[in-house]
Amino acid sequence: MTTISKVNRRDFFKSTTAGAAGLMLAFALPEKNQLNAQFPPPPVFKTTAYIHIGKDESVTFILPKAEMGQGPLTSLSQILAEELDADWTKVRAEFAPVNPALYGFQGVVGSMSIRTLWKPLREVGATGRAMLIQAASEKWSVPASQLRTENGFVINTSTNAKLSYGTLAEAADKLPMPANVQPKDPKQFKIIGKPVKRLDSRAKSTGKQNFGIDVKQPNMVYAVLTRCPVFGGKVASFDASKTKAVPGVKDVVQISNGVAVIADSTWSAMQGRKVLDVKWDEGSNANQSTAAISRMFSELVAQPAGKAARKQGDAGAALASAGQKFEAVYEAPFQSHAPMEPMNCTAHVRADGCDVWAPTQMQTPARDVAAMVSGLKPEQVKIHSQFMGGGFGRRGSVDYVAEVVEIAKAVKTPVKLTWSREDDMQHDQYRPAAMVKLTASLDANGMPSALEIKVATPPFGFMQDGVPGTAVAGLADLEYKIPNLLVAYQGGEAGIPVTYWRAPGACQNTFCLESFVDELAVAAKKDPLEYRRAMLKDSPRLLGALNLAAEKASWGKAPAGHFQGIGLINNIGSYTAMIAEVSVAGGKLKVHKLTCAIDCGHVVNPLILRQQIEGGAVYGLTAGLKGAITIDKGRVQQANFNVYDMLRINEMPVIETHIIPSTEAPGGGGEASTPPVAGALGNAIFAATGKRLRKMPLRDADLA
Amino acid sequence: MPSIKFTLNGKPQTVDAVPEMPLLWVLRDTLSMTGTKFGCGMAMCGACTVHINGDAVRSCITQIQSVAGKSVTTIEGLSADGSHPVQVAWIENDVPQCGYCQSGQIMSAASLLSKKAQPTDADIDEAMRGNICRCGTYGHIRAAIHRAAELKGGKA
Repeated sequence: MTTISKVNRRDFFKSTTAGAAGLMLAFALPEKNQLNAQFPPPPVFKTTAYIHIGKDESVTFILPKAEMGQGPLTSLSQILAEELDADWTKVRAEFAPVNPALYGFQGVVGSMSIRTLWKPLREVGATGRAMLIQAASEKWSVPASQLRTENGFVINTSTNAKLSYGTLAEAADKLPMPANVQPKDPKQFKIIGKPVKRLDSRAKSTGKQNFGIDVKQPNMVYAVLTRCPVFGGKVASFDASKTKAVPGVKDVVQISNGVAVIADSTWSAMQGRKVLDVKWDEGSNANQSTAAISRMFSELVAQPAGKAARKQGDAGAALASAGQKFEAVYEAPFQSHAPMEPMNCTAHVRADGCDVWAPTQMQTPARDVAAMVSGLKPEQVKIHSQFMGGGFGRRGSVDYVAEVVEIAKAVKTPVKLTWSREDDMQHDQYRPAAMVKLTASLDANGMPSALEIKVATPPFGFMQDGVPGTAVAGLADLEYKIPNLLVAYQGGEAGIPVTYWRAPGACQNTFCLESFVDELAVAAKKDPLEYRRAMLKDSPRLLGALNLAAEKASWGKAPAGHFQGIGLINNIGSYTAMIAEVSVAGGKLKVHKLTCAIDCGHVVNPLILRQQIEGGAVYGLTAGLKGAITIDKGRVQQANFNVYDMLRINEMPVIETHIIPSTEAPGGGGEASTPPVAGALGNAIFAATGKRLRKMPLRDADLA
Repeated sequence: MPSIKFTLNGKPQTVDAVPEMPLLWVLRDTLSMTGTKFGCGMAMCGACTVHINGDAVRSCITQIQSVAGKSVTTIEGLSADGSHPVQVAWIENDVPQCGYCQSGQIMSAASLLSKKAQPTDADIDEAMRGNICRCGTYGHIRAAIHRAAELKGGKA
């Protein structure tokens, strides 16, 4: 049950659209939302949105979300504009301020923006429309039933007289809020479901879009921070005499996380840092290495099954009595998020308050950490949400917010902290490395009779039935019908900071699962497509996506010398199947095409969805083919794109996206297509070469 | 600090800067022109691409002293109103997602088109492979460059 309440604009709105009179709505979601179980239950997810209609006919939506390319400013505005019957050409969107009383928890993770706001935003838009109709009804003294709305006007159906929303907004704002207004029948949608142009395309094509890193405040100084190269290490001592002699350097201050150099430009600060002499206490991780972590994982997956994340039937007994067992161990490395905009944040801490200009996926935690570090009350902290040059989960952590607030507290002027690319890559919070051991037995028809999956990976995020949810994402919720199934978590803490990374857990786990399913199909001498179809009879939506992908990719009829492989997943409320088409010549892999079919329920904006599917697939290609963050002596060995490369345009395959029409509740778009990529590639490579690659990334060196 | 004179977006510009300071940071921090982005600092990602005397150059490794007497064009100067064919094609083809790399992508694409009116896919690969996009907009970028070539050639 969604409750809608009227709020006083003056309390929260004056800073955003001062001066204009208008209509304002707030709403609150139930405390406990119904999320896809694999995603973190947000601690509090009361959500609020606002509509403001100016006398100048401008329509401004205040959205409690953040933009990192995934498009919520446009797609959420479409939902409101649809139900409001607003003139789309007049619509603008703004970030909401952090205000838990109004918005509850604010953040963008887990592809939740449309999933969680679909219903309440429709209701709030419809309520706004009803109030505008009521205002016109009173002005004209005609019954509301005689009025309709269209494109920013209330229209009298008898006389065809029109009143614009801008002329009605002030009167509408004074009306009592009607209860239980019904949103439109989706058959009437004119804006939802249409490939509406993004609101931010022009600014982003002209250099006018400002990001967090572009913030400039009066009297602002620039900072960079030296951090201990070993995770968890601390400053033992430092000598800043050479640094202070560098032109432009103003100050050197120690904070909890290292030593900051303050200067009159970012570059001067970087020059000062180069000659800063810091002695580190490297702490307990100083001997950590990728080899040691891999050995630990190997030992963990060799142990009996740990805490069960999913259990049906008795996999242990079935495997013990099986005549033949199939077993494989898969491995995935740490990976960096590497958004194009390195981490940065700007803050100004005063005795009575604190402003933070934060490119963050987590507005509420950003505010709370700023309060904690500054010693101020949360309500004294103002978060100015900034556009993000990519997030992918990295900006769900607020470490860089804490750093700049601590620096700002020391320097007492506005200060912008910029991470270099090296800082960003070596002090990321990574996609966790993982090792997954899968053991299966087959029945008389060659189908899996039992499957045991043991996962070793560092824990993070949220707990679900005693198991870190992300560790088993894509496995504990697998759709295949297998009578005896056990998914178990084996532990794997490695002392390396890890966090959400586009489709957390599912990204690497789906590679392991989909590759192993292919191994079983090969063992059973069955076609990988038919093999999956047989296990998805009770999963119509995933089966539908698989069938469509197979049809569109012409499964089994690849051009001569090209080979295909399948990957699929049910993730973030979306059902996604992908078929990769590759060739391998002279030990060199070429990815020709990815054909993706998705059933993600009701689509708000197919243009943005396609962007997300293609973009998610490219993210999966880089993860599948390129990146590996390795550790030696507790340090990350990669520092920049010269040794940690990204997929580039000359390596780009054709990506086809096929959307299955659906009236189901919307699923997520941003993390649907990343997980199936590596498995589909690995399976296509096996079809081409007979080589089964069980370690991400899949590299040419392993094909020789 | 020496004064360095050059032409910036068609207008004379003088800056007092450490000679070794990269053009990128002069633009961003000294001149507050933030359309040009910092991505890697070692010419590996292309986010900082500008034109110097018409050529696409990575401003993050270009010392300001080397720019003296030359003509620099940034995204802010490519067109006054977003009307450059590459920008028109970018918007038409819905290229940007997060948008951070797009100033650099657009400057690389504009330089390519100034040298090759009808670039092939291979030309695009060669000219654009130095520009990373983590949102994966490459397919849209390729389509937009072909479209910009049409627009430039008057085949709108």
